[in-house]
Formats: sequence, C-alpha cells, structure tokens
Amino acid sequence: MNKKWLATPYLFWAVAFIVIPLLMVVYYGMTDKTGAFTWENVIAITSPEHVKALMLSLLLSLISTIICLLLAYPLAMILVAKHASKTSFIVMLFILPMWMNFLLRTLAWQTLLEKNGVLNGILSFLHLPALNLINTPGAIILGMVYNFLPFMVLPIYNVLAKIDINVINAARDLGANGIQTFLKITLPLSFPGIASGITMVFVPALTTFVISTLLGGSKILLIGNVIEQEFTTASNWHLGSGLSLVLMIFVLLSMVISSFFDKDGEGAAL
Amino acid sequence: MNNKLIDLQHISKSYDGSIILDDLSLYIRENEFLTLLGPSGCGKTTTLRILGGFESPDQGRVIFGGEDITKLPPNKRQLNTVFQKYALFTHMTIAENIAFGLKIKNKSKAYIDDKIKYALKLVNLDGYGNRMPDSLSGGQQQRIAIARAIVNEPKVLLLDEPLGALDLKLRQDMQYELIRLKNELGITFIYVTHDQEEALTMSDTIVVMNQGYIQQIGTPERIYNEPENAFVADFIGDSNIIDSIMLHDELVEILGAKFACVDKGFGNNKPVDVVIRPEDVELREPGKGSMEGVVTHLIFKGVHYEMEVMANGFEWLVHSTAMFPVGTKVSIHVDPYNIQIMNKPVSEDEEAVAINE
Repeated sequence: MNKKWLATPYLFWAVAFIVIPLLMVVYYGMTDKTGAFTWENVIAITSPEHVKALMLSLLLSLISTIICLLLAYPLAMILVAKHASKTSFIVMLFILPMWMNFLLRTLAWQTLLEKNGVLNGILSFLHLPALNLINTPGAIILGMVYNFLPFMVLPIYNVLAKIDINVINAARDLGANGIQTFLKITLPLSFPGIASGITMVFVPALTTFVISTLLGGSKILLIGNVIEQEFTTASNWHLGSGLSLVLMIFVLLSMVISSFFDKDGEGAAL
Repeated sequence: MNNKLIDLQHISKSYDGSIILDDLSLYIRENEFLTLLGPSGCGKTTTLRILGGFESPDQGRVIFGGEDITKLPPNKRQLNTVFQKYALFTHMTIAENIAFGLKIKNKSKAYIDDKIKYALKLVNLDGYGNRMPDSLSGGQQQRIAIARAIVNEPKVLLLDEPLGALDLKLRQDMQYELIRLKNELGITFIYVTHDQEEALTMSDTIVVMNQGYIQQIGTPERIYNEPENAFVADFIGDSNIIDSIMLHDELVEILGAKFACVDKGFGNNKPVDVVIRPEDVELREPGKGSMEGVVTHLIFKGVHYEMEVMANGFEWLVHSTAMFPVGTKVSIHVDPYNIQIMNKPVSEDEEAVAINE
C-alpha cells in the first residue's frame, strides 16, 4: 500500500514554516523599498561597521567553539569510561540546565557578572578589587560556552561510546601507548562527532543576538545584533534580510565542512 | 614443544564479588596450539585477557619466558591478540591496519611494505592492501586481523573466539587455515572457544574450563576418550552418562547389568559415573548383549543413524551405521575399553557444574 500521503501534513508544515519564510527572506533581501530588484542589501555587508560586526561574530564564535571542544572532549571521554549507571547521572547533570529557559540562564549570568553583581560582591567581601566582567567580549564568550557546551558534549559522547573497546585494546596490543592510541585511533574515529559538535556550537554562536545583548551590553555589536536591529528599531527588513542571506552563506559553509567529516551522520544522532 | 613459555601461577579474578577465576594454574609450552574450551562465563576469555594484559589478576602471577609480566601493559608484551569481532581500524586501509604495529616500532618503509606483502600472501588476500575494512567479508576481515597481529612476529598469538562470527562452512575452512598458519609461523597459539569441534580439530592441548576452574587438561584424544568427570564428558560431544556401581576392578554394574571394563583402583561397590559414547554402543539381536531394550527414536544424520534405545529405565543414545526401526527389540553390548569410569564429583562446584549443563 502506498502510504506516501501520510507525509502530507509534514510537507504542508515544511512549506508553510520553512520554504515560504525562506523565500520571503530572499525576496526582501533582493529588493529595495519600492520592490525593485537590487544587490544593495547584500553588498551592504562590506560597509565598515557591518564587516566589523561580522568579523567579531566570527572571532567570538570561533573562540567559543574551540573552548567548547577543549572542555567537551575530555568530559565525553570520562563519561564513556564510567559505568553506565554513573554515566546517566552525570549526563543528567549536563542536560538539566538545558531544561531551563535559555533567556533565564543567560540573565542569571548577567546578575552574576554585573558591576554590583554576585561575583564582585564576593570579591569586595574579600577586600579584592572589583573586576569589569560584564559587557566585555569575554562575558559573551562565557555565555556562548555555557549555553552551547552540551551540544558539543553529546555528539562527541555518542561517537566515543560507539567505538568498540577492543579496537582500543587492539591498538595497545600492537604496541601503541596511551597517547599514540588516542592520536591514531580514538581521535580520528571521533571526527564525525567533533564535526557535528562544531556545527552545533558554531552556528548558533555565530547568529546569536540574545547572549550579546544581555552580556555584551549595547557597546558590542555582533552581526546577530545588527540584523535584529534592522528588523526592530530601524524597521529596514530589506537590509536585515540581505545581511541574513550573507550570514546564511557562512552557516551553510560550516555545515558543508561538517558533513564532509560526518558522512554517515553518526555524530548527528542526539 | 618442550620448554615452558608461559606460566600462569595461582591466578584469581573476581568482578563485583562474583568469582571468575579461582586459583587457576596453567603452563603453556613453546610452539603449542593450546585451546581454552568451556561454556560462556567459564573464565576462558578472562584468562586470555590476563595474558594479553587487558585485565590484571587479583592474585597470582603471569610468567612469560621466565619473566614476571603480571604488571606489564599490553603494548610492552611480546604477544598479539586476534579479537572476537576483528577490531580492525575502520578509518584505515587494510595495508595501514597491517602496518600499524610496525609503524609504532619505527620500522623502515621498505621493511613494512615487505611485511604487508608477506602477510597478505600468508592469509590469501593478495592485492587487498588498498581496500577499506568495511568492504571485506567477515572471513576476510578475520584474516586481516590475523595478518595485522602476526607481522609483529609475536612469540604467542592469542585468539579470542576468532571464528565465532563466521558461518559454518567458512569456520571449517578457517580451522584448516589456522592450523596451516601455525605450522608455517612456528609460534604458540592460545585459542579460546566454546566450540568443542573447533577445539578437537586444531589443538595440541585442550584445557576444559568451567566456572573458573580447570576441569581437565589433555590432548584432544584424551579429553574425548577419557573425560575425567561428567562435565567434560557432557561438554565434549554426545555421551551417555550413567550412575553406576563399581563392583570391583574391571567389573561395573550399569543399570543392574554387569559390564566388563578395563578400569582399576576405584575400590569395591563404589558409586561412579560411567561415560559411554553413542558410537560405542553396539546394538545386537535380543539375547546376544548385556542388556535388553527397544528402539524408541530413529533419525537419519547423514554419516550415521541416531537412535534412542530404552533399556533398564535409561534412554541410551546410540550412533550406528546400521538402522533399527522404532519398536525393534535389541540387545546392548559395550566393549570393555569403551566404558569410561569416572569418580563422582566431590566438591560442590563440580556438582553444580554437572547439573547446570
């Protein structure tokens, strides 16, 4: 029996909420206020303030991604090495914050880092000089790492857990020490998870405007903030869409690179 | 095949309170094909993993060529392992897999290339060097796993149920292949399996294990023909195991009938277990044997007929090339040297073994 018709609702969903909005972004991005075709909104990315925002975005999300990778990999290895019962508890600890509202978690960091916030409160209690934490690129990176770390841990954990312990044993058996085994066997076999984790951290970090607004203040503009402002305060949907299209190119680029390493979609299984 | 190469001394190992190996002692000679045989959970794989260095024993020592290697990590041991599910490196080509151990040892490229060629030839997979492991069949992957191990010229090759994942025909071919390999390489093979046929076909020495204990050590012929207890008799091939009484030397009472046998020294009127292999039970015309019975089942097995004969309250398993239809009255005869007498199990462990199996 042909059951293809069962897919109809999903098809409708995809058209209504993915294809049409996407086409609208393309339409707005490629037209001016009179509705005439133009490249101007896309080319606008080359203006100095936009280039600056884009470069800062790329830099901060790159740094966050690297930090996430460095934190997540050892953690995933520890999780895999532990017994299953203990693992589920530790994994739980990691997933638990994700059940809380994203805004709430970021706001909590704002309270912690503020000039008169919790951290500086503790420092002044200890008679130490107050630190300028909030509204710095460092605070934004912290927010990105904190929010997106689980998305790096889980895909890496997934691929590591799938590696047959005897493959590791075989490498040891053939004379490789612990470091050689890691570099020649474990690491290459986990590339799909790393690739998938990098995409899942890099893409949201690159496009975020919430984290930079809450933890970066109004002084630090990321490309996400620029686009958001075009849609809200400036009410220039055309320019906002044009810049979005440019950003989309970077997102697609990172996904292409990722899928090159993750051919079987192993790391994507969350 | 004389020198002791490996000596396991009083090895004990337990996991989470359950004992896997209990005071196991065993030595392995140079150039021997030794098989650890037993049901799952008998401790055979743990023994192999202790030899390979992947587990450390709670107690006891592993002596290799006169040196204590109990605490040595796997990469420092002069032995290599062939794992159950091949454990090939899927991100490397076949040639890279085989070269792995040699590259770690910083061998020259020319040496490595030579070795790859030689190893592929040895396992009959010439020209497969550039393929990826996933593109090979199970049997081919297993042969690559063997090639990867032997290029390192180990003194001992450990094989952990290497044929377990292969189908019957392939398994039989691989058995001959392994015997050939062992003869060509002239090294010691320690082989783990639960398949008694594999053990009988390939081994110089079989170590039958159960529940962490060694039940019997011997040549395949000895293990098959003269099992030391009911577990070994039952585990190796089909057999009739019957409660009997040793009346005196060379005479045993089986199910109320007297049989001449060749065993001595069991004492008088002593309860024993008797093992008679189904092919050793001879069916004769009524009145011409030691015990009267009637055929209750008949199955054609190809090489022979398998029959069940009810006699004196016991269902005898009989293999014979002569066919007796169901309902035929027969008389059972067993030649004296085909009757194997065994002491009743003394310890509880052995008892539990006999019942479980």
